[in-house]
Amino acid sequence: MGFITDQPLELAALARSVMAPERGGVTSFLGLVRNHQGGRAVLRLEYSAYGPMAEAECARIVDEAQSRWIVAVALQHRVGALEVGDAAVAVVAASAHRDDAFAACRYVIEEVKRRVPVWKREYYADGTVAWVDPTANLQHA
Amino acid sequence: MLAASHATLTVHVLLFASYADILGVESVDVTMPAPATVGAVVAHLRALPGGNQLPPKPLCARNLAHAGVDDAVADGDELAVLPPLAGG
Repeated sequence: MGFITDQPLELAALARSVMAPERGGVTSFLGLVRNHQGGRAVLRLEYSAYGPMAEAECARIVDEAQSRWIVAVALQHRVGALEVGDAAVAVVAASAHRDDAFAACRYVIEEVKRRVPVWKREYYADGTVAWVDPTANLQHA
Repeated sequence: MLAASHATLTVHVLLFASYADILGVESVDVTMPAPATVGAVVAHLRALPGGNQLPPKPLCARNLAHAGVDDAVADGDELAVLPPLAGG
């Protein structure tokens, strides 16, 4: 299963992929398409990726988390056309105890946002379209 | 290194999202004097029509891993110039 997919994300399936009898704590993060950005109403958006690098960078991030904590991590990022409320990114971390699971889950989503080459083009209610630049509006970073 | 013994090197440049819009292409081969750095390739791109809208020090990746502007490039490298990331 690749880290980057154009199919709807299935959180339950991702969770099952890392659940195991010795792992009693499972945390997840689901990032959804928001209906507003910088005060503007968002209708829908399109995610695109530099596929081969996005796959490689996701693999590196998961490896880092699994080296740093005793944890199993599942990660997927969706690309293509998404509607408001659709899941864009899903992270699941499973560990013997909750501390490692929470820490690893937080680490993975932060590193995904910082390092994985994915871009989004937002379509606004006023008919305009723009590439999102999180660095231009740090309060939303 | 092999590239250093040649007069030039060619790098396969990939452009994405807003940067592909700026330059009007998603990929371009850049041939330049060897040795060269990531920053030198970017400077070459900024001299192309529309290229002055690229930042002088954009995020870049060499052969699928993040790279700094001072990193060396070799003949045959794939160099991606990455607009601000917006995943998650």
